[in-house]
Amino acid sequence: MKLDELLKVLFPAGHDTRVEAEGILVGTASYGDGKTAAVVGVVNQTSLGTDGALALAGHILETIRRSPKRPIVTLLDAGSQRMRRRDEMLGLNEYLAHLTKSYTLAARQGHRTVAVLFGSVAAGAFISTGLVQDILVAVPGANPEVMDLPSIARVTKLPLEKLKALAKSTPVFASGLAYEPPIGAITEIWDRGNLASRLATALDGVAGTPDRRDEIGLERKGRLKAADIARRVQREAAVLL
Amino acid sequence: MKDYLTNHLTGSWYEATARERITGLLDKGSFKEFTGPTAREVSPHLKMFDLPVAFDDGIIVGRGKVKDHPVLLAAQEGRFMGGTFGEVHGAKLVGLLRYARDNPKAPRIVLLLLDTGGVRLQEANVGELAVSEIIRALLEARAAGVAVIAMVGGRAGAFGGGGITASCCSRIVISEQGRTSVSGPEVIETNMGVEEFDSRDRPLVWRTTGGKTRRLLGGADAYASDSIESFRNAALRVLDNIPPFEMATLEREQARLADRLGKFGRCHDTPDIWKKMRIAEADKIADLSDDDFKRLVEAHQEANHEAR
Amino acid sequence: METLDIHRDAAKRAAGEKLDAITGVVASGNLEVMLERVLEGTKCEVHIKTSIAGFDEVWHAVIEDFIERWSPGGLRISVNDGGARPDTVSLRLAQGVSLMEAAE
Repeated sequence: MKLDELLKVLFPAGHDTRVEAEGILVGTASYGDGKTAAVVGVVNQTSLGTDGALALAGHILETIRRSPKRPIVTLLDAGSQRMRRRDEMLGLNEYLAHLTKSYTLAARQGHRTVAVLFGSVAAGAFISTGLVQDILVAVPGANPEVMDLPSIARVTKLPLEKLKALAKSTPVFASGLAYEPPIGAITEIWDRGNLASRLATALDGVAGTPDRRDEIGLERKGRLKAADIARRVQREAAVLL
Repeated sequence: MKDYLTNHLTGSWYEATARERITGLLDKGSFKEFTGPTAREVSPHLKMFDLPVAFDDGIIVGRGKVKDHPVLLAAQEGRFMGGTFGEVHGAKLVGLLRYARDNPKAPRIVLLLLDTGGVRLQEANVGELAVSEIIRALLEARAAGVAVIAMVGGRAGAFGGGGITASCCSRIVISEQGRTSVSGPEVIETNMGVEEFDSRDRPLVWRTTGGKTRRLLGGADAYASDSIESFRNAALRVLDNIPPFEMATLEREQARLADRLGKFGRCHDTPDIWKKMRIAEADKIADLSDDDFKRLVEAHQEANHEAR
Repeated sequence: METLDIHRDAAKRAAGEKLDAITGVVASGNLEVMLERVLEGTKCEVHIKTSIAGFDEVWHAVIEDFIERWSPGGLRISVNDGGARPDTVSLRLAQGVSLMEAAE
C-alpha cells in the first residue's frame, strides 16, 4: 500500500499531513468521532539519520508540549539507520536514543502511541520507532527486518540456502513479517476489516501500557525463554538481599 | 598461578574479561550473581548453527558494592559472540532493570558494563526485541529515580542496539579505547563503499566513534583511563549529576543535538569539528595524554551537560 | 558439536571450601571451565562440549593428565570449548581447580 492510500484508509474523515526533509511525515488527522491524532512517520524508504531523527523527535516533543494526551500515530516505510560516516561521527546513537526517549516519554505522559508498519523498517530505525510504541501493527506488504538475510549469511559465514532452510523452523532470526507476531514484537497484522475503525480502537487504548512483549512471545510460543529468565532474575535479586 | 587470575585495580579494562572487571570494580567479597553459570541458562538458538554456548550467555548480572555504595550491575563479555544481545542474554538484563524499577529497596545505581557489537544475528529478531525491552525497562527505572551508568571501554565497544542503549543511560563513562556507534565501520563499508568509510583505517575509526571524540562532543559524560580503578572513580564522580528522565531534560537534549548539527553538521572529519570549537590541539587529540585530554574537556561546554 | 563425558575416581577430594567457580571465555581458541563441588567422595566428572570434532583422543589425554595431577575429587567440571589448544585447556582446568581450592 502506498502512503497516500494508507492515509485515506486510516483517516477517512480527513488528514492534514506533509512529508518534510529526510522522509519525515508530520501532521494531524481526524479519527473516531471527531478526535484528533498527531501523525508522524518515516516514509519513502528513507533511512533514519541524525537530521531525520532530530526532526521526528522534535515533532513528538511539540505534541507533548502543545497537545496534552493527544495520541500519536507513526507510519513506517523506512530503511535502516543512515549508514554514513558523517552521521556516526556526529553521534547517530544519541539521536536515535533521543527519539526513543521522546516516544517513551510521550506514552508516559498520556499520549497513546501506535505505529503502523506498511513498508520496510530495519535495525536502528526499528528500535527507535516501531519497537518503542504502546502497540505496533502491520498491514500486508510490511517488511520488518534486523538485517537482510544475505548480510546475515555473510557475517555468520553460512550459505544463504542453509539459512533459509533454518528459518523455516524458527522465527528467531529471519526477516519478514511472519516472524514478528510470534515473538511478541507485532501485536496484530491488519489484513482484513475496517482499518479506520481498528485504528480508532487502537488509539483509544491506554497510554504507557506495561511492556508485556516477552510474555506475549511465550503465549504465542515464538519466544520461549525470555519471559521466564527475566522473572527468574527479578526473583533472585529480591531474595539475595 | 593465583596472581593473574585476579585483576588488579590498575589492570587494563580493555584486556580484562567481564568477570575480571567485576572483581576489580566491586568491594572485595561483595558480589552476588543472579542466574549465574551454574543455572546453565544457555542460548537455545546456537546449536542450530553449530556454535558453542556459554553458561551465562555472555552476560553477568548481580549486585555488589562500590566503595560501600550498593549497586546493581551487568557486565557483557565482549569476547563471547562479540558480546551480542541474544534472547537469554537480553532477558537477564531486562530482569535486572525491572527489579531496579519495581523495588524501592533495591540499589539506586545500575552499572552497565557494555561490551557489545549489538544484536546477535543468529538470534536477530529476538535480540532486537530484547534491546527494545532493555531500553524500556531502563527508562522506567530512570523515571523511578535509578541512576543507570554506561561504562564503555572493551574491545567490542557499544555498537548497534548497544550504542542506542548507552545513550539512553543517565550517564556514560568512556575510555579512549571505547567506542559508541550504530552501524559498524565494516557494515558501512560493505553497504556504501570504502570511500564512505575505510574500516581498516583504525585512526579514522577511532576519530569517528572513539572515546575521546565522544567525550569532547558531549556523547559521553566522563573520560576514564584504561584501568578498572579509573573507570570506578569516573562512575562514582558522575553520580553527582544524574539528569532526571523528564520533559525538561529531553527539551534540553533536543536543543543541544540541534546545536551540534547546526555547528558541525557540515564537517567532514573530527579535526574540522575541533577547529570550529577553537581547540588548539585539533589535529593532535589522539596524541594527548589522558590527563591533558581531561583538562581540555573541562574547558569545553559541548562536553559537559546534563541533557541526556 | 561434540560431547565427551568422563567419569573418574580421583586420588583425593579437592581442597578448599568454594562451591563453584568459572574461568575462561568461550571464543575461538579459548574455552570456559565451570566447576561445581557437587559429587560424593573422590568422584569427579568432566563434561566437554566442543565445536571442533575429531579430537577425542587428545581430550582424553589432557583430562587424564589433569585428573592425575590435580585430584579434583568431588568436582563436576563442565567445559564449553571454542577450539582451544591442549595447553590452553590444561591451563584453564588448573586455574579452575585453583579457584576452587582458594580459602573462603
